[in-house]
Amino acid sequence: MQYFQKELETMSADQKKVLQSERLVKMVKYVYENQKPYRAKMDAIKLKPDDIKSIDDIYKLPYTVKQDLRDAYPFGMMARPKKDLVRLHASSATTGKLTVAGYTMNDIDVWGECAARSLVMAGADEESIIHVAYGYGLFTGGLGMHYGGEKLGAVVVPASAGNTQKQIQLITDFGADIICCTPSYIIYLAEEIDKLGLKPGVDIKLKGGVFGAEAWSEGMRADIERRLGIRACDIYGLSEIAGPGVACDCQYKTGMHFQDDHFYPEIVDVDTLEPLPYGESGELVITTLTKEGMPLLRYRTRDIASLNADPCPCGRTTVKLNKITGRSDDMLIIRGVNVFPSQIESVLLKNPDIQPHYHINVDRVNNLDTMEIVVELSPFISVDEVSHVEEIRRKLASDMASALSVSAKITLVSPGTVARSEGKAKRITDKRKL
Amino acid sequence: MIKQIAVFLENQAGKASACCKVLKDAQINLYALSIADTKEFGIMRIITEDNAKALDALKDAGYLCSEVDLVGVEVPDRAGALAELLIALGEGGISVEYMYSYAGVDGHAKIAFKTAMVDKAVEILKNNGAKII
Repeated sequence: MQYFQKELETMSADQKKVLQSERLVKMVKYVYENQKPYRAKMDAIKLKPDDIKSIDDIYKLPYTVKQDLRDAYPFGMMARPKKDLVRLHASSATTGKLTVAGYTMNDIDVWGECAARSLVMAGADEESIIHVAYGYGLFTGGLGMHYGGEKLGAVVVPASAGNTQKQIQLITDFGADIICCTPSYIIYLAEEIDKLGLKPGVDIKLKGGVFGAEAWSEGMRADIERRLGIRACDIYGLSEIAGPGVACDCQYKTGMHFQDDHFYPEIVDVDTLEPLPYGESGELVITTLTKEGMPLLRYRTRDIASLNADPCPCGRTTVKLNKITGRSDDMLIIRGVNVFPSQIESVLLKNPDIQPHYHINVDRVNNLDTMEIVVELSPFISVDEVSHVEEIRRKLASDMASALSVSAKITLVSPGTVARSEGKAKRITDKRKL
Repeated sequence: MIKQIAVFLENQAGKASACCKVLKDAQINLYALSIADTKEFGIMRIITEDNAKALDALKDAGYLCSEVDLVGVEVPDRAGALAELLIALGEGGISVEYMYSYAGVDGHAKIAFKTAMVDKAVEILKNNGAKII
């Protein structure tokens, strides 16, 4: 199966622009009439719905930030009354209130179609058995891929998160060919599968997977594909817009195909908020083009990435989202230097003596920021000589210092010591904030 | 030749005792133990009655460990005996990475050491009348 919705996924640039323009014009009128916070924002800058004539006018629209959603908690951003809404999702809040998103039946259908397009990109078809090991709940991962699998007409196994032994049993016994979970969990699963002596390709029939909800690197992708012999696709989504399926990799991995008939992406400079051209890295901003329950205009995702419009051999004509390289709110400032966990990860992945499981501890000692990176040694190294282990630590510290432009203390621990996550990995403890 | 197990220990209170507890629970008798420590981590080197069983138990408990060959030699029970052997090794160009002593059930003093040049070390020791274990 090559596409889930061929016409929509492969339309020409001209057709796409007409469709996006029609939808944006309609959307802006709709939000102005139905969402008080947008009417107030637009009135404040004297922008009338009629001022938006095509997708090229999108830059005139005001931005939306997470705080706008918190201010409207819980239902102030909904464009429809309760009788039209069928589902609520909410994103995890580490501080303060949750951000709530309401969906109409049509929103759930559109999201399901986007998730189904993504599953096809990972190699799924109507015959597939899709193992969903994302958590089911307020988090969009589980239900999002579940509905995507059903839209596709595949067989969905709603395993949800946790109980790894049971997961492996289900994957083996049911012969799942497609899996959906976080990238850190699939690595954990691969380790456990290996420990049980099960052979990918023989006992485990997986051939593809979509992995998202966390930023992960090309090195991690290579690791997952090598360990399990599968096609590992990065999938993007966020509950405010729609869960997983907003964008996803196809087999060519030229960037995640952004479902831009429904969601329009822009990249803007983090500081000046000026729109940036394709190829340049900045904050991803998304405008919903068809949403009914809670449409958002130019929503600042806080995800740092770039877009590309290079043709893809798969034939899909969407714009593509390059790998998320960090989150503007994951960024650590250590002694004045900006550090993204993804930079740390890329150094770790290049070193065969260690495993890419790590935890970052940040503290302030005598008014000086300190950063400790706790990292696991590879189970295959020889540990009898102090000088050998010391050399691994020294090399890592020096590679880290040159990649990050700030020094970090490296603490080596035994394999399996760093906590594995079954949901979103929590890799940072910042004691400066405690 | 002696088989030694090296275990990586994080520098935290109770790590060495937890490791010994694993060996105790698996009912493994230790012949020798030496700990090398740095500010950041420790390496516990042990020679056991049953290395295969010890390795299984330690790996199951999550320890990072590896098995390494050491040269074992019996040292005559008199002043200067160890120095003579080490001088002979040094003159023969043998570099010793680390070394520790242990007592066998027979009461004779023994040392075990790691070198990259095992065959030559054994030859030198034999030429000096030492008993290789």
